[in-house]
Amino acid sequence: MTEKKDKNQSLHWHMETDATNVIWLSLDRADTSANSLSHAVLDELKTILENLHNQPPDGLVIRSAKKNGFIFGADINEFTALEDAAKTMALIRRGQHVMDMIESLPCPTLALINGVCMGGGTELALACDYRVADTDARLGLPEIKLGIHPGFGGVARSIPLLGAPAAMDIMLSGRTVFASPARRMGLLDAVVPLRQMESAASYFISRKPKKHQAKWYLQLTSHPLVRPLLARYLRKQVSNKARKEHYPAPYALIDLWQRHGSNKRAMLDAEVTSVSHLMMTPTSRNLVRVFLLQDRLKSFGKDPAIDKDTFQHVHVIGGGIMGGDIAAWCASRGLKVTLQETRKEAIASTLQRAGKLFKKRLRITHRITSALDNIIVDVDGHGLEKADVVIEAIYENMDAKHDLLKSVEPFLQTHALLASNTSSLMLEELDTVMSEPQRLVGLHFFNPVAQMPLVEIVNGEQTAAFVASQAACFAHRLGKLPLPVKSSPGFLVNRILMPYLMEAMILVEEGVSLTDIDKAATDFGMPMGPITLADTVGLDICLSVANNLSEKLGGSVPQHLMNRVKAGKLGKKTGTGFYQWNKGKIVKPDGNEKTLPAELTDRLILRLLNESVACLREGIVEDTDLLDAGVIFGTGFAPFRGGPMRYIKETGEKATYNKLQQLSRQHGERFSPDAGWESLLTGE
Amino acid sequence: MIKGKPVYIVDGTRSPFLKARGKPGPFNAADLAVATGKPLLNRLPFSADVIDEVIVGCVMPGPHEVNIARIIALRLGCGNETPAWTVQRNCASGMQALDSAARNISQGDADLILAGGVEVMSHAPILLNEQMTIWLAEFSRARTPLKKLAALGRLRPAYLKPVIGLICGLHDPVVNLSMGQTAENLVYQFGLDREEIDRYALTSHQRLAKAQDKKHLEELVTVYDRAGKFYENDDGLRRESTMESLAKLKPVFDRKYGKITAGNSAQITDGCALLILASEKAVKQHKLPVLGRLCDSEWAALDPAIMGLGPVHATTPLLKRQRLKIDDIDFWEINEAFAAQVLACKRAWADSKYCRQHLHLRSAFGELDENKLNIDGGGVSIGHPVGATGARITLHLLEILKRTNSRRGIASLCIGGGQGGAVLVERIDD
Repeated sequence: MTEKKDKNQSLHWHMETDATNVIWLSLDRADTSANSLSHAVLDELKTILENLHNQPPDGLVIRSAKKNGFIFGADINEFTALEDAAKTMALIRRGQHVMDMIESLPCPTLALINGVCMGGGTELALACDYRVADTDARLGLPEIKLGIHPGFGGVARSIPLLGAPAAMDIMLSGRTVFASPARRMGLLDAVVPLRQMESAASYFISRKPKKHQAKWYLQLTSHPLVRPLLARYLRKQVSNKARKEHYPAPYALIDLWQRHGSNKRAMLDAEVTSVSHLMMTPTSRNLVRVFLLQDRLKSFGKDPAIDKDTFQHVHVIGGGIMGGDIAAWCASRGLKVTLQETRKEAIASTLQRAGKLFKKRLRITHRITSALDNIIVDVDGHGLEKADVVIEAIYENMDAKHDLLKSVEPFLQTHALLASNTSSLMLEELDTVMSEPQRLVGLHFFNPVAQMPLVEIVNGEQTAAFVASQAACFAHRLGKLPLPVKSSPGFLVNRILMPYLMEAMILVEEGVSLTDIDKAATDFGMPMGPITLADTVGLDICLSVANNLSEKLGGSVPQHLMNRVKAGKLGKKTGTGFYQWNKGKIVKPDGNEKTLPAELTDRLILRLLNESVACLREGIVEDTDLLDAGVIFGTGFAPFRGGPMRYIKETGEKATYNKLQQLSRQHGERFSPDAGWESLLTGE
Repeated sequence: MIKGKPVYIVDGTRSPFLKARGKPGPFNAADLAVATGKPLLNRLPFSADVIDEVIVGCVMPGPHEVNIARIIALRLGCGNETPAWTVQRNCASGMQALDSAARNISQGDADLILAGGVEVMSHAPILLNEQMTIWLAEFSRARTPLKKLAALGRLRPAYLKPVIGLICGLHDPVVNLSMGQTAENLVYQFGLDREEIDRYALTSHQRLAKAQDKKHLEELVTVYDRAGKFYENDDGLRRESTMESLAKLKPVFDRKYGKITAGNSAQITDGCALLILASEKAVKQHKLPVLGRLCDSEWAALDPAIMGLGPVHATTPLLKRQRLKIDDIDFWEINEAFAAQVLACKRAWADSKYCRQHLHLRSAFGELDENKLNIDGGGVSIGHPVGATGARITLHLLEILKRTNSRRGIASLCIGGGQGGAVLVERIDD
């Protein structure tokens, strides 16, 4: 938008002066639905602050005019345009300067926070004298998740305010802090219901109570003699979760604090240089790209022709682990769910898991009760004819699903969405019993439903485009990331994971130790190794997916996997699989820190990459970006590497191709490069 | 009396009745009612917000359940615009809810009402006695540490003795008798002996066992708690009961010499029953199935010391008004507050002197056929959650009529404090 603005008119900020000469500055970013700090927004603020310095008011309250939250952070879309460190430094310095200007205003300043306050928004709030938020507010400094750390003074200001332990914890983890804990740690001065926000702000501005500062013993943790010790402890904590080569940002943050913890000005300057360098790292660029890919996935669920309010009532058929957890998730999102299941034990178990989920995510008693009330046990399936969405999640058997679809179709409302959570049966075969096969779409959730953000929207040959869009919008309504995939064995995620898991099986057969196999994968950056993954998912499920995929795509299923399943060693859920499990944790000998042959990692990862290329060639997803997004959000594939296709690009297509050929000479056919490599090599 | 537009009972559900066993049961009253109501509303063709009114009987809602009917209504999705109120007529609160609903429909003030009763007696409060309450008030008013210390010095062990809410609730303060003692009065008045009382109690358990085995309790819905357990049957049933085991029990209300024991009294229980009542207009508009008609009701009052005869005092004028005789009624549900009390009702009706003196009849009302009375068990075996029973017996009566292809039924209860309530229901041809 290029609206003309003269000196006194701003596009994104609105200023009001009240009767006591206090200025109320509201951010209502004109070009987005949620507030974030773009260059334009910060430039306008700079101008406003310059005027305020010239003619200081008796107080300044900064708030958001948007109901959906305070400030979500800096504008990440602008990150991708930053090409070199120098330019980046200049921009960060400018942003930091704006925060400094807030801090140096002679009058009392207050950030009035409604809802979400992240990153740059928190840094703006930290620059104010006081911070007041509503009871549902959520704050954080999640820059670490983009491979950087706060650069607008967040490090320099959060540490004296909260003490190093709390501040570093928030910045290193990037976690969300809810209003009450934020108040307790001193990040907020008051937490009030929305209806009291303005009164509370006026109170602070007029009474000017003492500004919060971390207690003396917390201040001590920043003492020059103590800092190195705490820094060493923090480095150890971080190294358990992220290796320096993969994620430089947390280490950079700890270094920054250790070096400059006693000197605010030096710390502020160092923030700028550190962040601009981090922003140029491949890790950060990849993480930013992944973040923006999330937006792209979300956009699939934002069809203006589809009104999300039509999704009120979901009917789930099949109350096993998946069906039950899908039902619980829908209920947690405020939807009414009728759960069609006859086995009482399954229902009872579902409701118990649902209660735990609600306690964790909703936390407040009346919201937990409301979510539980949303789930209606529906033995006879009365909910079917009233539902807006019908999801079948019964066991993977074609005949059973055929019977179900046949019996269900006549009772659906005309506008109702009919989806199958099948992971191994083809939509094209399922829909043969339907009179309107174009109604059927696949909604493939991942286990555990509450934690896996991806949902594959499976387009069968006959699936109508409108139906697929409806499914994506429904997934978005559930807070999930919809990924349109072509109907094909394993869709995207299971198909790509399978060769990786099977290679691990082969390695087991070859006598490689389980911990070595897993380490080879985690060294690469996978969240857990393939053996741990197999045990966690369940060897019976792995076997059935493997059987299904090998039947359709070729490849063999290792005997020892079949043996284990036959013997009832199914993994975590039975206490034994490959590993021994006790109370959800692996009982294993301490892994020795030896260096593994590089080939181990190559064998595992290259199978995954090769399959990714095959999927791209077959058009399982539309483009490389979506493939990367799908694999990252569906498997946890090292996000700092940007996904399989980005990794191939960064290591070099030719180099990767050559490695594949070499491995195929050494180990067999299964490594021979897929036909899709041709177009990759020619740069198509 | 109910007159005016016809009142239909469309459908109903009840939860399994769960015996109170010392510690609080798995559900609080609101949760139990919501668990009972959800499957009921789910299987009916209208959405919950179409309901005009919600009326629920409940004698002892929990402290967070003030006007529990409104909480239930909101949680079941009836919406902000559906008024709801909670009624209390002691043991017949569930029936009072149905009666009030019926009156509103018969007067044309409502077309679709959710009504019934819930009681979670296992959550009955333990209260601080009055001295403790006063002490706490004084303690909180003491501002300085010294004054607080002084207050602590005044605390006496006797203050800590709790008041068991449940026991108080089952005691009539006007005549100073527990409910069980009013039943002992009837034992005395009608010369009942221990053996026939125990035999009746045993029959109750045997009948419930048979009903469970033959799946005659259609209105039951399975309820699920938050701990991963589910409940599908009335768990107060004692299949292993025998005359010998019953005879071993000691009398609890008149110790040593009485005849009323825990075994021949209704159990202390958690339970809920909910029904949908509708006008003819609503039945037509939503194309609703119909279980039967609620034709008439009657409330009567009598000496609290013999409250167990309440059913007799309520039913007789109702049948008289309807010009019906004892044999015109196909099936009876008379709440088994105590086995002895049910037997006393039978005796009273068969006794011409009693009927002339107290029921204004010219001769004995008649012999109540045991084979038509409480045929699937009753309060002794199922339990008597005081707020819910009135709704349960009305609902189950209709199920019995449906199953046996019969026409008319009377559901009745005695009420602590000296009252009786009765409703007449009829099956109708579609």
